[in-house]
Amino acid sequence: MNDKIPVIRMRHVSKSFGGVHALKDVQLDIFSGEVHALLGENGAGKSTLIKVITGVHQPDEGEIDLNGERVYFNNPREAQHQGIAAIYQEPSLFPDLSIAENILVGRQPLRGGRVSWGQMNKEAGALLKRLGVDLNPRTKARNLSVAQQQMVEIARALSVEARVLIMDEPTSSLTSNEVDELFRITKQLRAEGTAVIFISHRLEELFALADRVTTLRDGEYVGTREMADVTTEGLIQMMVGRKLDDLFPKQAVEIGEVVLEVDHLSVNGAFKDISFKLHAGEILGMAGLVGAGRTDVARSIFGVKPATAGEIKIDGETVEINSPQKAMALGIGYVPEDRQNHGLILPMTIGDNVTLPMLDTYATKGWLNPKKEKAAAVEGVQKLEVKAYGIEQKAAELSGGNQQKVVLAKWLSTNPRILILDEPTRGIDVGTKAAVHGLMSNLASQGMAILMISSELPEVLGMSDRILVMREGLLTKEFDRSDATQEKLMMAATGTVEAALP
Amino acid sequence: MATTYSANDEKKGNNLFLTLVRFRELSIMIIILLLVILVSIRNPAFLSIENFRDILLNISILVIVALAQTMVIITRGIDLSVGSMIGLVAMMVAFVTVSFPEMSPLVAVLLGMAIGSCLGAFNGFLITMGGVPPIIATLGTLSIYRGLIFVYSGGQWVNSYEMPDGFRALAKGAPLGIPNIILIAAVVAVLVHLFLNFTRPGRDIYTIGSNPDAAKVAGVNVTRTTFMVYVISGVLCGLAAVLWASRFESAQTNTALGFELQSVAASVVGGVSILGGSGSVLGVVLGAFLLGIIENALTLVRISPFWQLAAQGLLILTAVIVDSAISRRLQRFGGES
Repeated sequence: MNDKIPVIRMRHVSKSFGGVHALKDVQLDIFSGEVHALLGENGAGKSTLIKVITGVHQPDEGEIDLNGERVYFNNPREAQHQGIAAIYQEPSLFPDLSIAENILVGRQPLRGGRVSWGQMNKEAGALLKRLGVDLNPRTKARNLSVAQQQMVEIARALSVEARVLIMDEPTSSLTSNEVDELFRITKQLRAEGTAVIFISHRLEELFALADRVTTLRDGEYVGTREMADVTTEGLIQMMVGRKLDDLFPKQAVEIGEVVLEVDHLSVNGAFKDISFKLHAGEILGMAGLVGAGRTDVARSIFGVKPATAGEIKIDGETVEINSPQKAMALGIGYVPEDRQNHGLILPMTIGDNVTLPMLDTYATKGWLNPKKEKAAAVEGVQKLEVKAYGIEQKAAELSGGNQQKVVLAKWLSTNPRILILDEPTRGIDVGTKAAVHGLMSNLASQGMAILMISSELPEVLGMSDRILVMREGLLTKEFDRSDATQEKLMMAATGTVEAALP
Repeated sequence: MATTYSANDEKKGNNLFLTLVRFRELSIMIIILLLVILVSIRNPAFLSIENFRDILLNISILVIVALAQTMVIITRGIDLSVGSMIGLVAMMVAFVTVSFPEMSPLVAVLLGMAIGSCLGAFNGFLITMGGVPPIIATLGTLSIYRGLIFVYSGGQWVNSYEMPDGFRALAKGAPLGIPNIILIAAVVAVLVHLFLNFTRPGRDIYTIGSNPDAAKVAGVNVTRTTFMVYVISGVLCGLAAVLWASRFESAQTNTALGFELQSVAASVVGGVSILGGSGSVLGVVLGAFLLGIIENALTLVRISPFWQLAAQGLLILTAVIVDSAISRRLQRFGGES
């Protein structure tokens, strides 16, 4: 492979923003017909590197060769003309336009000087067919699922005859069937000679798809390996630069009194007859498939959508929680799954986000005391080691992992006794994940009762004292830490009989 | 993904009803029809050809300006200076026709459009080069252009008797049986429709309004397209201004005062999303028509003039609410688009 000329060859590429090095002396070789994984923690410089390749950013130093020829992209357009296409984490489609126009945007076929819609639908239809995707080119992009939108983006990349296709975390919001479909198409493209750069936090995906992997750490090049020659441990070590002996630093904690008791709780149409007890110092895991009703249970306990039947007891006393304010007053904190929409107010600063739920405490006779507020925010941010310029930075500018830390800081500032975490580490990198887990373990050892909803079985198994499994709105099984296995949890979550599994 | 199907596939048995139902403008047509029936029950004179001719005469200028406004709104912008542009251009062109009475009305039209393009270009410059948000930039030029009318005219008006006959006949003359102004509005509507649907710059307008960031990444020249849209708005306002001066046979310091709100109303009633990215010429023409009917009907059913403005606003709001209710109901039958 190395005697060929790489499609992309980068050497000594550096880029800094306001004196901070985002990339330092990075190299990269991508060959046609390979899927090349780009690996690194959040903030390691993957995104910056991608943006340099696609012409969004211009490198301060270093050189980029495309098929052996020196190139310099002033803007994304120039990169596109050279056959470089990218699919970002968030699909960048035009919701009001049809699939066909989304695919051929800016290059709508003309006939006699006017846009030919017939030709456009025909060309788009042919591309979709080549991908084996059954979509009507006339459908508006607004009506597509995330996975379908990605297929449209891939079709767009195909339509420009992309030599290099960059996929930045394309799988983060796909179901496993959709991931399979994406992989099928990616492999097809590889077979056709496209060079694919693939970014994902899910290491198992890299093993399933990638040929080689390049790792970045703190903006620097760590190394490139054949995927066949590396192990999960090896990759993690390259990423974090140290060995993670214990990915799940769960401390043994003495379990205290029952703090929260849920008794035959139901919300019509979401879940039914849910009963469990949560003790002080305990981490109670909640496993199940997406849509099993776990989030609904959490939202009900937190008063977002109050229960229609059953009761909730705190310290043995029946309480009625009909609003999040009430829940907070009772010492419940809830870190929602969708941190961008429910957890953070993105345009606001970190500080304002952290102090939001407890503004009253920082006020004297109704007037906010900025000093108190600032002190609380600084304390929260420092405790969780949020990587930011300061509490004045906007939440929107942070990486996913750091955003999650801010959400945690926000809820910890309310001093809850019961903390509900919904997918606490979704989409964040291994290093930050470990930090979040360490923090959870710490909080539990201080006597906090934690209910953790998670779809990642290793996380559930590694962090929980007890595990509840939900399926289709019902609580199907409860496991103790000692006798839970991935297989047993999966069976309880899917309803498969034991014999059916290998 | 193996199971993906497009929402359209289910209804490939394309019967007429479903075709109609997917048609976004259907709900506003229903509203117009309802209103026509209700008003003509109260006052049969409403249904006369003369009355409809009056309504069309009254909305012609609004159609032209609302289409300009629509293109701006589709890009997620807004042009609040349309009323002032009309006022300023009308005043300037009117003075020129008084000084050169022999000048062909056609030259007056071209002159108006040329001046309008400059005013629109200044808006576009502020927004694209200056980075001023459209609502602020055009709020500023709303005052500037209106102020310039006073500077230019010294507070004077141009009256009917000063204007040459040819110029006065421009809007109201009907050599083809239908008043020129209605024909001009129709031609503008057809041209804008072709532009928006069958040219790349036209499609770029939807593209940048639908997702500006993605448009940039997709290689659409967002700056140039945005600039262009404000220039077009200026040109169409210039045309509207000349027609205005001709139709009302005067140019006053308060010509077209507040017209920006009517143009926005016609667009929004016509189904243009205020969030950008969508809107059609047919919808806007119907929107303007609905506004024209409402104004006309309020007079015909003898609502007190004191109440008319408030009633007009109330009816517009009702129309928008009913429209969204109907189209939601219809979508349940007909699926997307």
